Amino acid sequence: MAGSLEIRKVCVIGAGTMGAGIAAQVANAGVPVLLLDIVPKEGADRDAVAKGAVAKMLKTDPAPFMSDKAARLVETGNIDDHLARVAECDWIVEAIIERLDIKQGLYAKLEEVRRPGTAISSNTSTIPLSHLIEGRSDAFKRDFLITHFFNPPRYMRLLEVATGPATDAALADTVADFSDRQMGKSVVRTKDTPGFIANRIGTFWLTAAIAAASDLGLTVEEADQIGGKPMGVPSTGIFALVDLVGVDLMPLLAKSLSAALPAGDAYFDVARPFPLIDTMIADGFTGRKGKGGFYRRDKSPDGKSIKLAIDLATGEYRPEAKPEPLPKEAERDLAALVGMEGKRGDFARQLLYPVLAYSASLAGEIADSIDAIDTAMRLGYNWRWGPFELIDRLGADRLADGLRAMGKPVPKLLEGGKPFYRIEAGERQFLGQDGNYHPVTRAEGVLLLEDIKLRSQPIIQNEAAALWDIGDGVVCFEFISKMNSLDPQTMDLLGQTIALVKDKYKALVIYNEGPNFSAGANLGLAIFAIGMGAWDKIEETVASGQNAYKALKYAPFPVVSAPFGMTLGGGCEICLHSDAIQAHAETYIGLVEVGVGLIPGWGGCGEMIDRIAKSPGMPRGPMPAMSKAFEMISTARVAKSAAEAREMVILRGSDGISMNRDRLLADAKAKALGLAEGYTPPEPPTFRLPGLSGRTGLNGAVRDFHAKGIATDYDVVLADRLARVLSGGDADLVDVVTEDQMLALEREAFMECAKDERSKARVEAMLTTGKPLRN
Amino acid sequence: MLKAVITGYARSPFQLGGKGALARTRPDDLAAAVVAALVKRSGLAPDLIEDLIVGCAFPEGEQGLNVARMIGLIANLPLSTGGMTVNRFCGSSMSAVHIAVGQIALGAGEAFICAGVEAMSRVPMPGFNPMPNPALAARHAAYIGMGETAENVAKLYGITRAEQEALSVESHHKAAAARAAGMFTDEIVPIETKGGLVSEDGIIRPDSTIEALATLKPAFSADGTVTAATSSPLTDGASAVMVTSEDFAKAHKLPILAHIRSVAISGCAPETMGLGPIEASRKAMARAGITVADLDVVEINEAFAAQAIACIRDLKLKPETINIDGGAIALGHPLGATGARIVGKAASLLVRNGGRYALATQCIGGGQGIATVLERV
Repeated sequence: MAGSLEIRKVCVIGAGTMGAGIAAQVANAGVPVLLLDIVPKEGADRDAVAKGAVAKMLKTDPAPFMSDKAARLVETGNIDDHLARVAECDWIVEAIIERLDIKQGLYAKLEEVRRPGTAISSNTSTIPLSHLIEGRSDAFKRDFLITHFFNPPRYMRLLEVATGPATDAALADTVADFSDRQMGKSVVRTKDTPGFIANRIGTFWLTAAIAAASDLGLTVEEADQIGGKPMGVPSTGIFALVDLVGVDLMPLLAKSLSAALPAGDAYFDVARPFPLIDTMIADGFTGRKGKGGFYRRDKSPDGKSIKLAIDLATGEYRPEAKPEPLPKEAERDLAALVGMEGKRGDFARQLLYPVLAYSASLAGEIADSIDAIDTAMRLGYNWRWGPFELIDRLGADRLADGLRAMGKPVPKLLEGGKPFYRIEAGERQFLGQDGNYHPVTRAEGVLLLEDIKLRSQPIIQNEAAALWDIGDGVVCFEFISKMNSLDPQTMDLLGQTIALVKDKYKALVIYNEGPNFSAGANLGLAIFAIGMGAWDKIEETVASGQNAYKALKYAPFPVVSAPFGMTLGGGCEICLHSDAIQAHAETYIGLVEVGVGLIPGWGGCGEMIDRIAKSPGMPRGPMPAMSKAFEMISTARVAKSAAEAREMVILRGSDGISMNRDRLLADAKAKALGLAEGYTPPEPPTFRLPGLSGRTGLNGAVRDFHAKGIATDYDVVLADRLARVLSGGDADLVDVVTEDQMLALEREAFMECAKDERSKARVEAMLTTGKPLRN
Repeated sequence: MLKAVITGYARSPFQLGGKGALARTRPDDLAAAVVAALVKRSGLAPDLIEDLIVGCAFPEGEQGLNVARMIGLIANLPLSTGGMTVNRFCGSSMSAVHIAVGQIALGAGEAFICAGVEAMSRVPMPGFNPMPNPALAARHAAYIGMGETAENVAKLYGITRAEQEALSVESHHKAAAARAAGMFTDEIVPIETKGGLVSEDGIIRPDSTIEALATLKPAFSADGTVTAATSSPLTDGASAVMVTSEDFAKAHKLPILAHIRSVAISGCAPETMGLGPIEASRKAMARAGITVADLDVVEINEAFAAQAIACIRDLKLKPETINIDGGAIALGHPLGATGARIVGKAASLLVRNGGRYALATQCIGGGQGIATVLERV
């Protein structure tokens, strides 16, 4: 698929939010990047603009960089002194201001210095490729394409790629493949049309929503309630999303799209001036980055922070008011939503119908398939369902009727009477322009449980977990409980799994496709048992978890955990007990138990000490490894990326990181198969720990934190319980502590916590508020 | 009557621990550069040096393995010169001086280099592996954190935050003025680092103001009065003095900066370790047969502004004699290196200002004070 070009170094020109963010993601992939911007008008440092962008990113939260190491891969410079250095790079990404003349001017200069045969792409969101390459040589045109990233480039998975008739296909494939495998982006090929896919539909959607809400006299809260979750849109809905991306972006998008779209485009039916937005921008209400937007925070007279919302009619702010709940049915069912009476129903119809109709009318024009459009909207705007999936959920006929009732034309695509998607012989298929169904294809090498589930049944299953055959002798253990929390049922199925795999399979992968790998142990069950005073039951649960994880660790086949997203507490511990971890780059992993008043109880304490002690460069002696584990666990530290997890030694040097979420399972499976040949289970670790002396030392440090007001009263108690476990309990430093002794210490300390009212208060707070209680 | 004299003093620039210009320099390399420069400046044949005594508060990691011997070897001292590492926490290198004085008195050598080093960027303050005795820890404040002791002293003496901040600002202003007047040029040994030559102190804030300091949060206790600005910072640095017998100095034409008239150690409660200089200074002055009125120069280590104020108050020290070129709050406090710095500084101030008696004194974690009385004849 990829041509002869290999991308070993990248140049990004333009260090604005997008350019800098793209450079950071290249660096996150471990690839050196040259970031250039203009020479500032003032000051002695000619690289100050690009340097300033990197410095700003180092302070940005959520962080554009996955690690400090990545940040060091970005070299900064300016286009006056360093443009010739683009010849060192295999891919130039242009991300400068959206002005055709300026872009063309830059390309003319680049043509002089770039190495022919290397890729050059623009991150333009609206300017057609055909205009960009006017006046350029044939060689330039062959190497040129559009790579349109979404903001922030590290976190938004979509990359739209558009090529022109002259673009070299192999070169475009190379860029797409690099973006996919190394930058972790899901590449959607779009046609060279204004706004490509996601912003074309997305801008229409936001514009239609703001117009409809204003016309119908809805509050912004009501609009977000209807236009958010029920439509499969993140809970930011419409107005909170505009606040997030920047209110000032709206007129810019409108202007550039209006200039590029053909006359008669349906966008012009919804587009109109929004004086309120102009006033907001003029007054500095540009959204979350400014003084606030449609929503903002303010101080009430008594000094409390309150949330205000704007009145769309008057432009005045008033306290936020929770709208009346939607009918239950309307929250779940699109048909019920658009069937609502009154202005809320009108809003649902005036928003959804035109957006879906617009998407249907554009299908052949902006992409090769409806699947590409749906994918773009899912990944670029975080919609749960793309427009054609929404049409299937709503019913094409209902949509057509609705459009007719509104006096609007019905796109031809809706008249086919066939659903846009179907499952046929274990395969998901979409309706093509030709009226036939075609398989939804995945990028080469992608393996998804979602697809496996369409064509097979679980080998075993209960309410908490399921086991799937993913081929080549490898099985996949999937958490399926709410938030993928872990409970005795999980452990039970894990036990059954181990017995099964031993006899019939080569290797086991622990993986799922929920929003997060696992939130850890089921706290709801825990609080119930604590409330009942069912201490024996609790201890049994702890012990059964320890035993299940131990059995997993010493099973006669390799186990690879493939975490992604939140991987907390017991979810982290199962990874620690695996032979290897293959983590998605966006893995937020840690032992967070003290946050809920507990300490790791499923072997996390000993496993963490063991892997820290065995990590390269770790000094020997009884203290270093356990103090490092103590620091991490006592502060409930969570890695903000897989790279950071590696720095924390949760991931070892031999563990892998997959940049692309869709490739995680395939990578984990390959890793498991790699380990299967000649596999021998690990030897149980032994520990040399400092005993009470070490615990005394750690407690001294905690005492200082308490005096500073950083550690709370109960933090001190919990830290001591944790210190007792990590220091080996009553062991003397000449004793050899076994893994089982460590597990016993863990159980004992866990039970002390479970019986403590202060821990109960922490668990309850987490369950009711979702935030840790600092008692 | 003691026969030992100070014949030379040198130190490295003092730089902020963690992010300062010496953070990437090994402590043995740092101290060796200072020792080598001191020996070279003295013009003395190195093989006449009996021993290199190095004070270090946390002699482990890169400061471990009897670092004094390694420093001697790095500094190309002859193999015949010995090497001994001394640990009395912050009093380590002043103890090194005291040991040399004692060795000279008992006829166990004529010429010594007494140095001190602490790379607080590289070996953290409680050491890498603090393992306190649990039984002692349970019944005693032996392991108390230093910040807490400063809070205790502030409370005990009713020292306000504003008073502490005034001392800090004054310390910075005095150090800045001294630097501007070139008063550190002779004592500082420029250090070659991976990042280039470092030849100036890095902690002094000439523009320090009481208003700016007042905005800081308490550093050790949520409701305390001690802040980062009224504590000496974590510092990387090394220092060294040459201590010889008077006869030896004369025979080899070494400049005699000052005679060492008396030394003293005094223990006190760990909870108020900052008061250690009071008794130690009284003992040393009594041994020298002098009173505070006789002192022209006082170098009292500013571990914390609060403890320095308490000691100044109790000892009734004359303000014009105290830390004339600034103290540790402005210059920094590389634990093991401070003792040799303030002894050497006191001796050179006697030379510069023409006074007769000087006192160098400091407090020591765990509850001790140490003091040295110098006389310029």
